[in-house]
Amino acid sequence: MGRGGLVVGTDLVEVAQVAHSLQTFRERYLTRVFTADELAYCLDGRRDPARHLAARFAAKEATLKALRQNDEAVDWRSVEVRRRPDGSCEIVLHGGVRALAERLSVDVLSVSMSHDGAYATAVVIAEQREKWRLPASRLARKTPRGAYER
Amino acid sequence: MNEEIRAILKEHGRLSTDVAALADDSDLYQAGMTSHASVNVMLALEGKFDVEFPDRMLKRGVFESVASIRAAIEELTGGR
Repeated sequence: MGRGGLVVGTDLVEVAQVAHSLQTFRERYLTRVFTADELAYCLDGRRDPARHLAARFAAKEATLKALRQNDEAVDWRSVEVRRRPDGSCEIVLHGGVRALAERLSVDVLSVSMSHDGAYATAVVIAEQREKWRLPASRLARKTPRGAYER
Repeated sequence: MNEEIRAILKEHGRLSTDVAALADDSDLYQAGMTSHASVNVMLALEGKFDVEFPDRMLKRGVFESVASIRAAIEELTGGR
């Protein structure tokens, strides 16, 4: 990732593959990949939980691509899709991925997800702040907008 | 162990090439394994070998080849 730019990540997940994982590994799959909040949303009476889970998996992978994550250890639950009260979604980072974003000076992560029929997809845009152009007050801010848990 | 790993890759890896034709050090991601498929491979390996991959091993390099998977399994089982 270069300095001071926008970096995009995207991913496409076949819904049937998530359904296969659910059927084959059930609880182990759910708890190793998704957070409690994600599961609460996706499993709460949804007609087709696999679609929603697939979209969230795509968002997790798209986030890692946007951060240009290569071979660092990543707990899938450390990239979380969280719904805002208005229904839009944001990416919340935890643990090692949060530390990676901080090292890269990623200020904002924006996510868009969609699913239709057999596939779910997500696009994530990572915005990296330009340290050398920002005022000292901005540089001193510890909690980036939108990207991290408050 | 390699054959057991290959059987799991055949069932869960979603490879676009025949797993039997791959060398032990062939790149499984280059052979078509997706990130989501790698999760299924991990879960199947845990079931087969009665291990659990710790967070530090949840990295691309651990699942990128038959040889790297074998090394990880051997580390987790302590050669049992």
